[in-house]
Amino acid sequence: MLITYIEAIRQAMDEELARDKNVLLMGEDVGVLGGAFKATAGLLEKYGADRVVDMPISESLIVGAGVGLAVQGMRPILEMQFIDFIACGFDQIVNSAATLRYRHGGQTACPIVVRGPSGGGVHGGLYHSQNPEAWFCHVPGLKVVAPATAYDAKGLLKSAIRDDDPVIYFEHKFLYRRIKEEIPAEEYLVPIGKAALRKEGRDLTVITYSAPVHAVMKAARDMAAEVDIEVIDLRTLLPIDWATVKASARKTGKVLIVHESRLNGGIGGEVAARIAQDCFEDLDGPVMRLGARDAHTPFAPAMEAYVLPNQEKITEAIRKLAAY
Amino acid sequence: MTEQKDRELYRWLRLIREFEGRISALDKQGKLMGGVYSGKGQEAVTVGFCHDLRWDDWIFPLHRDLGAYLVKGADPKRLMAQIFGKRDGFAKGKDSYLHGGDLANGIFGATSMLAATLPVAAGMAYKFKIRKEDRVAISFFGEGASSRGDVHEAMNFAGVHKLPVVFVCENNFYAYSTPNELQFGVDNVADRAAGYGFKGEVVNGNDLHDVMKAAGKAIDRARKGEGPTLVECKTYRYHGHSEHDRADYRSEEEVITWESRDPISLWEIYLEKRKYDIAAIRKETAEEVTRIVEEAVAFADGSPAPEGPEAMEDLYAMPIDTEAR
Ligand SMILES: Cc1ncc(C[n+]2csc(CCOP(=O)(O)OP(=O)(O)O)c2C)c(N)n1
Repeated sequence: MLITYIEAIRQAMDEELARDKNVLLMGEDVGVLGGAFKATAGLLEKYGADRVVDMPISESLIVGAGVGLAVQGMRPILEMQFIDFIACGFDQIVNSAATLRYRHGGQTACPIVVRGPSGGGVHGGLYHSQNPEAWFCHVPGLKVVAPATAYDAKGLLKSAIRDDDPVIYFEHKFLYRRIKEEIPAEEYLVPIGKAALRKEGRDLTVITYSAPVHAVMKAARDMAAEVDIEVIDLRTLLPIDWATVKASARKTGKVLIVHESRLNGGIGGEVAARIAQDCFEDLDGPVMRLGARDAHTPFAPAMEAYVLPNQEKITEAIRKLAAY
Repeated sequence: MTEQKDRELYRWLRLIREFEGRISALDKQGKLMGGVYSGKGQEAVTVGFCHDLRWDDWIFPLHRDLGAYLVKGADPKRLMAQIFGKRDGFAKGKDSYLHGGDLANGIFGATSMLAATLPVAAGMAYKFKIRKEDRVAISFFGEGASSRGDVHEAMNFAGVHKLPVVFVCENNFYAYSTPNELQFGVDNVADRAAGYGFKGEVVNGNDLHDVMKAAGKAIDRARKGEGPTLVECKTYRYHGHSEHDRADYRSEEEVITWESRDPISLWEIYLEKRKYDIAAIRKETAEEVTRIVEEAVAFADGSPAPEGPEAMEDLYAMPIDTEAR
């Protein structure tokens, strides 16, 4: 089956709604409209208004209600129309969902998925471009995933829905219809917590996730004559697959981390620190990072390009590290 | 009302319609980036609430209230540059549409988080009160946004302190595709005012007379220290939620019914009743608003697009040491 990234997301929800009657979908305009991006198209007709629920505009309600449902054994998928609005549900995620199990001494699980379109590169401006994954990676009790391919988008979402912990699932809207991929016709899952080795290489490792995976892969192909690059797609940001990360760092001795979210306080800092600590003796250069500049993601194209990483900046960063 | 004022109000209604119409057309031609949220059909609400404000009063518009900017005194040229994401816009291109206010004219720019401006308006009104300033804050929000906690929290505080703020709910019956019956269980958003200890009122948001009357009373009450009012204006947006939305979740009859209650047509009927020379007024107004809009588009088109490094400006009041990486 050749499908787009957003179709993969739709299929994952469709299949899980069909498989388990405890799964339900809640969000703004997910029903009649089929979602602002059409990720939920056709699901209301198929599963009815009790299971595909158009919610009032209140993200804290959507997440909080999801927690209530989860305690009753339901498995809600909670859509944020744009992931930026997750900030309005932040308290319910970090204080209510993430702590639920801990504060009840393990008496209950919290099988919710909070998902929505993140990411920039579409001139969405300050509030339609954010990459807030780092906010959540600071919170124990949560799991955080960010797929880069249609295959992973489907397999990870299905795993997230079946997971007994709250999973924050960051889709990248730039990828929705820009990538198409052949996926198996039969059911499959992508496990949470496992990184993907996208390309083997000897000279240096680029660790990345979400949309930049594609630019990094292109760089690896384009620069093949110059430098043999190993590419790791983290896929899961909490917990990170340290075994894969460290094995690659030890193998190549040089690591660059690339993400679209800004550097200050980003995932890259955590990965870099861990590699510096655990793989120090194997390193042939400093662990380097490329992320967005520490500004909001602006609207005007030249400014947006200035702030976000892109192909050119990735190539440049790889050259700089390779030169060590 | 005097003939001069009647005509002035008409001019504002027409200017807003023309301005937004031009933006929709530019969007269709692919000349704009980002979302366009037309308020076509809702002009009477913004004109009614903003027209008689003083320069040092404040408004807190929502994503569909472009007209409020114009009436409150924003330069149409800069407003158009804002829509274009250019350097002469209020946000200097950092964001577009109405995510940039004109603070010098008492116009507060919104974030995208619906209703996030209501607590801010309440805070501002608190300052007006404790400094004994004779000023008001007008905060607009949609009936969909009324589901957010921020709305309740702001109104609760405003009720506690009897703040000089007017909450204006623009109820156009749909929040994107979600109809009112899936949004709240009361008939009127205004019914909730009682729970905050102030007055709520429902008006015909397409009838400028009704809106002006309610606005006048609410603003007066606020200035006199008698506290907030929640005014719910029943109105309709002709376009989809954004220009990308075909809005097929609503029926054609419904749209036609509302088009027959067009706020501008209603005002024209009133002008005719007053025996003004409507043909002359129409023509004169059309020429004037077309000229203003064309000048604004030309200005916005010619305004420089910001360059990359400008992205790092305006983050802090004073530059901080952000070591280059
Ligand atoms: C907190 C938040 N959640 C979701 C959205 C996405 N969104 C933008 S406008 C809109 C509908 C708003 O409806 P309403 O408040 O009635 O105003 P209207 O657009 O009808 O004028 C939605 C859901 C948002 N901007 N902010």
